[in-house]
Amino acid sequence: MVSAALAPAAQPAGMALSIEQVSHGFVLQDELLPVLQDISLGIEPGEFVALLGPSGCGKSTLLRLIAGLEPPRGGRILADGLPITGPDPSRVVVFQDPTLYPWRTVWDNVALGLEARGILKSQRHRVDQALELVGLTRFGSALPHQLSGGMAQRAALARALVNDPRLLILDEPLGKLDSLTRLTMQGELVSLWQRSGFTALMVTHDIEEALFLATRVIVFSDRPARIVEELRVDRPYPRHRDDPELVRLRQRILERLGLGGSW
Amino acid sequence: MAHATSSAGLPALELGQAPGRIDPVLLLAGLGWAGAAALTLLWPNATDDWAFTEELAYLAAAAAAVLALAGLLPRAPGLARLRRAGPWFLVLGIGLAVWEIATAKLDLLPRPFFAPPQELLTVYIDDWPRLVECVLASLSLLVTGYVLGALTGFATGIGLGWSRLVGYWVHPVLRLIGPLPPVAWLPVAFFTFPSSWAASVFLIALATFVPVTILTWSGVASVNSAYYDIARTLGARNRFLVLKVAVPAAMPHVYVGLFMGMAASFAVLVVAEMMGVKAGLGWYLQWALGWAAYGNMYAALLITALMCSGLVTLLFKVRDRHLAWQKGMLKW
Repeated sequence: MVSAALAPAAQPAGMALSIEQVSHGFVLQDELLPVLQDISLGIEPGEFVALLGPSGCGKSTLLRLIAGLEPPRGGRILADGLPITGPDPSRVVVFQDPTLYPWRTVWDNVALGLEARGILKSQRHRVDQALELVGLTRFGSALPHQLSGGMAQRAALARALVNDPRLLILDEPLGKLDSLTRLTMQGELVSLWQRSGFTALMVTHDIEEALFLATRVIVFSDRPARIVEELRVDRPYPRHRDDPELVRLRQRILERLGLGGSW
Repeated sequence: MAHATSSAGLPALELGQAPGRIDPVLLLAGLGWAGAAALTLLWPNATDDWAFTEELAYLAAAAAAVLALAGLLPRAPGLARLRRAGPWFLVLGIGLAVWEIATAKLDLLPRPFFAPPQELLTVYIDDWPRLVECVLASLSLLVTGYVLGALTGFATGIGLGWSRLVGYWVHPVLRLIGPLPPVAWLPVAFFTFPSSWAASVFLIALATFVPVTILTWSGVASVNSAYYDIARTLGARNRFLVLKVAVPAAMPHVYVGLFMGMAASFAVLVVAEMMGVKAGLGWYLQWALGWAAYGNMYAALLITALMCSGLVTLLFKVRDRHLAWQKGMLKW
């Protein structure tokens, strides 16, 4: 982060994001159901930001807007100062379901982004590198249905990373994994982020996960989502889950979400 | 180390599964066929002396010998499928014997509607050039119409699933003509097309077109929208989304459509050949009926069944290769 800020000539590895008074909603039976209300948030290059809130509050919708899959109904989102008009391989999403293409081998799944942009022939080594990065080198020729849940999610991660994204958008990427795999992959995510320098934006409703991974945690209210709290998590990596500072922050977030009495 | 254990473990496993070297069911089947051969040869025919009665007996005896030999042989690798079909061979042998007794030997079934097995043999031996000609004529008609219908159906189905404009114009037409049995077009087709062959190609193509279109369309429409979202964030444009996401995702549905289209095309083929085309198996069936040549009719019917079944098997083989990525497929 610091070195990126000190070298303004080269483009930093991470993307700066500026969300300005964004509102969004869905039309349901001729009525507008508001989902996001006046969200403003700035994200520095290289930050790891966790969006935390009750399920169904609209966090995932915000991610879809940032990915460029839908335009917001109000406000605007700038990526490195330019408004987002559509999807772009520099902003890649990893969803809760790995959603691998079942008719493609793991290798071909990871290669999809390069293939879609017509640069696969000259860049095949990047697929191998991405597979190596997530520890799936030996599974390149496997089909998705042969993979365990954790391996499938790793493949989805490799499919995102092969594009060298400057913003990695994670929509509860570990939500459906068993708790042991989940802990392992949390550690892997941190080291990937530290090595590559991309900006990471993750939706989760696991408070510990947010505190373990993120440099900043944004707490959302129930739908329509508003930002109710912003916490800087100023602890060095690798973090320890029983770090007293993290325990204190967790307590504060629980209180903010109205669950203070439950611990 | 691990390699050595696995290669040593496999044959042991196979030996462990083999109960013995002789297959009693195949032996029994051989016995059944030998019985059928013996009664065909030794029991005199009831009324007229059917041609090729002796030859039928020798053929049955040859089958009996092959089956018995297969039952006695030590486990030859190629015989696994034959072994699995053992009970079927037994039942077929008994069936042949019953058929022979009920027709040629005791004349129990009304003649001339029921031909004895040697009569079919007679047809195959005497009339094979014409039968081959008919099979080729039917195949060329069927394949031409089927391929045309399948290709246009596939393209139309993708258009329906992808483009609002195509949907606006094609959907009502499809709704109107889709449920109409293709055979209903027969009279119109025969006088609008320059030849009955062209008319039949059109009808077969139409019969194939409708199910392939509808199933391709439903396949494209039911593609998980997350597949598109992910491809779009990875930089995919429309062309890529259609060819590399929508089409492969829809293929399981497309194959169902191809199967249904094939069944419909068989029906149209036979009817068209019976009604107007002067060649092919349908024409042969009709011709045999006209001459009360029931033996020829059964012989042609059997060939038609084998041809249709063979084509469906071929389609399923292609599908199995193409869709090997799927789990738990229906086996034909």
